Amino acid sequence: MTMAEDYQSALSALLDEPVYGLSQSEKLTRLQAVFALLHEHHSQHCSAYHNMFRQPVTCNTPLDQLPFMAVRLFKLFALKSVPDNDVVKCLMSSGTSGQVPSRIFLDSLTSRMQSKALVKILQQFLGKQRLPMLIIDSPDVKGADGKLNARAAGIQGLAMFGRDHTYALNPDMTLNTDAISLFCQRYQDQPVLVFGFTFMVWQHFVSALKTSDMTLHLPHAHLFHSGGWKKLEAQKVSNETFKQQLLAVAGISAVTNFYGMAEQVGSVFMECEEGMLHAPVTAEVIVRNPYDLSLAKTGESGLIQVLSALPYSYPGYSILTEDRGTIHGVGDCKCGRSGTYFTVQGRLPKVEVRGCSDTSSSPGSGV
Amino acid sequence: MNNQDKLRQAFVAALGVKPETVTDELQYNTIAEWDSTAHMVLIAELENVFDVMLDTDDIIDMSSVKHARLILQKYDIDFA
Repeated sequence: MTMAEDYQSALSALLDEPVYGLSQSEKLTRLQAVFALLHEHHSQHCSAYHNMFRQPVTCNTPLDQLPFMAVRLFKLFALKSVPDNDVVKCLMSSGTSGQVPSRIFLDSLTSRMQSKALVKILQQFLGKQRLPMLIIDSPDVKGADGKLNARAAGIQGLAMFGRDHTYALNPDMTLNTDAISLFCQRYQDQPVLVFGFTFMVWQHFVSALKTSDMTLHLPHAHLFHSGGWKKLEAQKVSNETFKQQLLAVAGISAVTNFYGMAEQVGSVFMECEEGMLHAPVTAEVIVRNPYDLSLAKTGESGLIQVLSALPYSYPGYSILTEDRGTIHGVGDCKCGRSGTYFTVQGRLPKVEVRGCSDTSSSPGSGV
Repeated sequence: MNNQDKLRQAFVAALGVKPETVTDELQYNTIAEWDSTAHMVLIAELENVFDVMLDTDDIIDMSSVKHARLILQKYDIDFA
C-alpha cells in the first residue's frame, strides 16, 4: 500500500471506533501510527513543514514529542500538502478588518473526513436523526467565490443535523422576529436544534430578545454553541449566566458548548454534563507551560496544543493555539466518557482578538 | 415519472446541472455544482420528492448518484 492508502485505512479504522470509548493507551497507539504517517506525508509534500521539522517521527513517538506548529503560521503562509488541483475548498478564519485570516486548504479527502468525524461526535449528543434547526446568524454569512469563512463553515457543518433550516437574524444582525415566531409556533412541541457562535447567541439573540422584551418558548430545544468566550469575558458573562439567560428568554435548558478551531475542523471537543471538554477518538489535547513550552501538569493552566488525525491536505495535525486551558484528568470524568478532559480559560493576553464569532465586528459592544 | 427519472430530476433541480450529467458515476465534490452547500439542498430535495426522512449517516454516505439510489432503496424506494 502507498502511504496515502495506509493513512486512509488507519483513519477510517479510527473513525469506526467509539468516539469516547477507547482506552487511553489503545487510543494513543492508534494516534501515534496516524501521526507518523501524517508527518511523513507533510514532510514530503510541504517544504515549509519539512524545513521546520527535520526530526524523525515514528509510530513510537509519544504525542508530546511530535512537532507542533504555531497557529499564527497559517496566517503568514499558504501551507498545503497537496497539489493545487486537488484543493476543493479554502477555509478562511477571522477575516475581520485589520486582521490577517488563516487560510486552510482542503482537498476532497480531508473535507470528507472532517464531515464524517464531526457527524460521529455530534451523533453522541443528538442521535442520528435530523431536527428542525434554528441558526442564530444571518443567511448572508455565506461567503462568495469558493472561499468559506469560519462562521459559515461551522454553520454548514452543523447544518447536516438540521432540516427546515431557519436563520434567526436579518442581514443587519437584528432579530428576524417573523421567522423566529413561525419556527417556534411550528416546532414548540418537538425537539429542535439551535446553533450559533457563542458571541452571536449572546449579543444578537439573548440580549436582543431582552431588549425587545420578547420571550420564546422552545422547551425541547438543544442549543449548541462554539467560538469562544473572548468577547463575553470582557462583558463578564460566565457560562452559568449564559445558560440562565437562555432559559429565561427562550426556555432553552439544554445547552452544549464545544471547543474547536477553524484550523482543525471536524475535531471538536464537546462539553459534557460536568462542564468538561472531552477529546474524541480522532483528537488529543496537550497543555504546555507558556514560557518554556514544557508539559503542564494535570490541573495546571497553560497553552493548549491540539492534535487531530484529520489534516492531510494541510500540515495542521499538531497546532499550538493561543488559548489557555487546563487538563483535569484522563478517562475518569464523572460523565463516564473516556479520554482526556479539560477546560478553556480564554486567550493569552496580548493576542489579537480572533475566533469564529468575532468575525462579526460589533460596534456597540465596546470590545 | 418513474423513480429513476425522479432521482435524476432531483439532482438536476438541486445542483443546477444538465440531466445528462447525472450518471451513476457522478461523485460528490468532483464538480463545482455539487459542493457541501448544494449537498444539503439535494438532501432536502430528495426528502421532498421521495417523502423520506434521511438521517446524518445517509448524508455522509451519499457520495455519488449510485449511493443516493442505494440509500433510498433502504427506505423502500423501488428502482427496478
